[in-house]
Amino acid sequence: MGTVTDRARPARDWRIRLTGDAAVTLEFAPRIDPGINARVVAAAARVTAGRHRGVRDVVPGYHAVTVYFDPLRADAGRVWTALEEAVTTPAVEADASREVVIPVRYGGGEGPDLEEVAAFAGCSAAEVIRRHTATTYRVYMVGYLHGFAYLGIVDPRIAMPRRETPRLVVPAGSVGIAGRQTGVYPTAAPGGWRLIGRTAVRVFDALRHPPGLFGPGDRVRFEPAPPGAPTAGGMT
Amino acid sequence: MIRMVDPGLLTTVQDGGRWGYQHLGVPVAGPMDPVSHRVANLLVGNPPDRATLEVTLVGPAIEFLADTTFAVAGARFDLSLDAQPLPVNAAGRAGRGSLLRFGRRTAGARAYVAVRGGVEVPPRLGSRSTDLASRLGGLGGRPLRAGDRLDVGAAGGAAALDRRPGRWFQPPAGGARVRFLPGPDPQRFEGRALKRFTRSRFTVGPDSNRMGYRLQGPAIGLADAAPVLSAATPPGTIQVPPAGHPILLMADRQTTGGYAVLGAVITADLGVAGQLAPGDWIAFEACEHGDAVAALIKTEQRLMQLAATSNRRLGPAGTSSRRGPGRRGAVAS
Repeated sequence: MGTVTDRARPARDWRIRLTGDAAVTLEFAPRIDPGINARVVAAAARVTAGRHRGVRDVVPGYHAVTVYFDPLRADAGRVWTALEEAVTTPAVEADASREVVIPVRYGGGEGPDLEEVAAFAGCSAAEVIRRHTATTYRVYMVGYLHGFAYLGIVDPRIAMPRRETPRLVVPAGSVGIAGRQTGVYPTAAPGGWRLIGRTAVRVFDALRHPPGLFGPGDRVRFEPAPPGAPTAGGMT
Repeated sequence: MIRMVDPGLLTTVQDGGRWGYQHLGVPVAGPMDPVSHRVANLLVGNPPDRATLEVTLVGPAIEFLADTTFAVAGARFDLSLDAQPLPVNAAGRAGRGSLLRFGRRTAGARAYVAVRGGVEVPPRLGSRSTDLASRLGGLGGRPLRAGDRLDVGAAGGAAALDRRPGRWFQPPAGGARVRFLPGPDPQRFEGRALKRFTRSRFTVGPDSNRMGYRLQGPAIGLADAAPVLSAATPPGTIQVPPAGHPILLMADRQTTGGYAVLGAVITADLGVAGQLAPGDWIAFEACEHGDAVAALIKTEQRLMQLAATSNRRLGPAGTSSRRGPGRRGAVAS
C-alpha cells in the first residue's frame, strides 16, 4: 500500500485555492483514502524538493497539502504553479516512506481501556491485540500535537469510538484507538482516545533529526513488547 | 544577562517562529504581534528575528545584570527604569543593576522587550520561540518565572536607533477592525453567514490565549453539519465549529484543524489582532488578495523607513558594539 502508481488520469480531481494571503492549498476529495493520501504526500515531497524561494512549510493532511510562504519573498501565483506542477507530473520516484515498528505493552495500567475495547468488539483482549498488531497502518497526517500521527485504517471490529469525556491527562507513549484511527501520544496531553497500551519508544524528540518518528506516508506496525521491556518512565 | 524579578502575567521568549516543522505537527509559535516584535528589535539595532520577551497584559520587572541597550515596543504601559519614567517605542540604556518596571497598561495587550544582541536561549528546531503547548523552546518551554536569568547574545552590526516609529504604530485601545480574505469554503455556510459575520462586532472571549481567540457574538450558521476532514490551519484562520461561534487561530495554533473555515485574517493585520485582550471587541472587514499584499508592503516600507532614516547611533555608553556593517560580533554585550 501507499505507493503511487500512475494510472490513466481521469478528469482533474483536485483543485488549488488560496487559504489566506500566505498559504496555498491543493486538495482532493475529502476522504480518508490511501490512494488520495499517497498523491498528497507525493505532491508535498515534490514541492519540498523544489526548494522554492520564500516557502516556509509544506504541510500534507489526509486529502490536502498546504504550502506556507512569506508573501514578501514569494508570489502566491508561483507557489500555485509549483503545486500544479507537483500534482500533474506523473510520479516516477520510488516510494520514500519508511516502515516503523512500535513495541507496545498492552493492557493493565498502561492500557486501561483494553477490556472495554474487547467488550465493544465482543472478543477477548488477546484478540484485540492480535487485530491491532495484524494491520500495517499508514501515517495519514501528523498534527494535533507535535509528533502525533493519525494512523489508519483500524480493523472495523475494534474501531471503538473515542470516549465521550476526554481524559484530562493521557500519559506520554499511550497507544489509543479512535474509530478507524490509531495513534501514539508523543507527550502527556488531554485526550479522548481509547487507551489499549503504551510504548517506551520516544516518538518525538526535538534534539533528534528528524525530531518526529512518523512522517506523512510512513507505514507503521505495532507489536507486543517482549516481557521485561523497559517502562515508559522518563518520557516527557 | 537579565534577571526576571517579577515575571508578570505571562512573559515568554519569542523570535520569528519555528517554521519548517509543521508537517511533523510542530506549531509555529512566535510573536502574537510580529510588527511590534520587529520594531523592538529595530530600535536596539538587532536583526528582525532576534528573540525578544513577549509581555502579556500585566508586565514584569526585569533587572539588568550588565550594561544593556534595550527597548519596549507594542502595548502601552507606564514604564520606569530605576523609578524614572521611560518612553515606550524608544531605545534606552540600562546600567548594571538597573530595574525596568511595567506599570499600568493603557492600550494593547502585548509588549516586546528587546535587548541589543537578542535574548539568548538554546534554539530548538531552529527557533528560540516558546511553544507552550509543546513545552518547546524559550526557557524550558515554559513562561518565565521570578529568578530566571537570561543570557544576551552578541550584537550585530547595525546601530541602535535614536528615533521612534511614527503615528502609524499605535496599539488598538479596546478593540479593532481587521481585514480578512473570505473562503475557501463558502458553501459550508448559510447564505447570509458572511454578511452576518462582517456586520457584527465580536468580543474576544475570556478563554482566549496564544493558540486562539474564542469570539463571542452572533452564531454563524453552517449549511452543512457534515464533519470536516482535518487539514492545515494557516495563521489568522477563522474556524467555525458546529455551534457557530468562531475561533481566530493565533501564534500557538495547532498545525491542523477539523472545522469549517470562513476566511483568514490578512498577514498585515495579524499583529493588530495580537494586541487584543479578552473583553476587547473585534470586527472583520472582507478584502481581496491584492489589498492584503499591498497592506503588507506598506507595513514593510514603514519598517524599512524607520531603520533607514537614522544613521546616528545612540551615545557611546553601554554598548561597545560599533563594528563593520553586517559583521556579527563575537563579544557578548
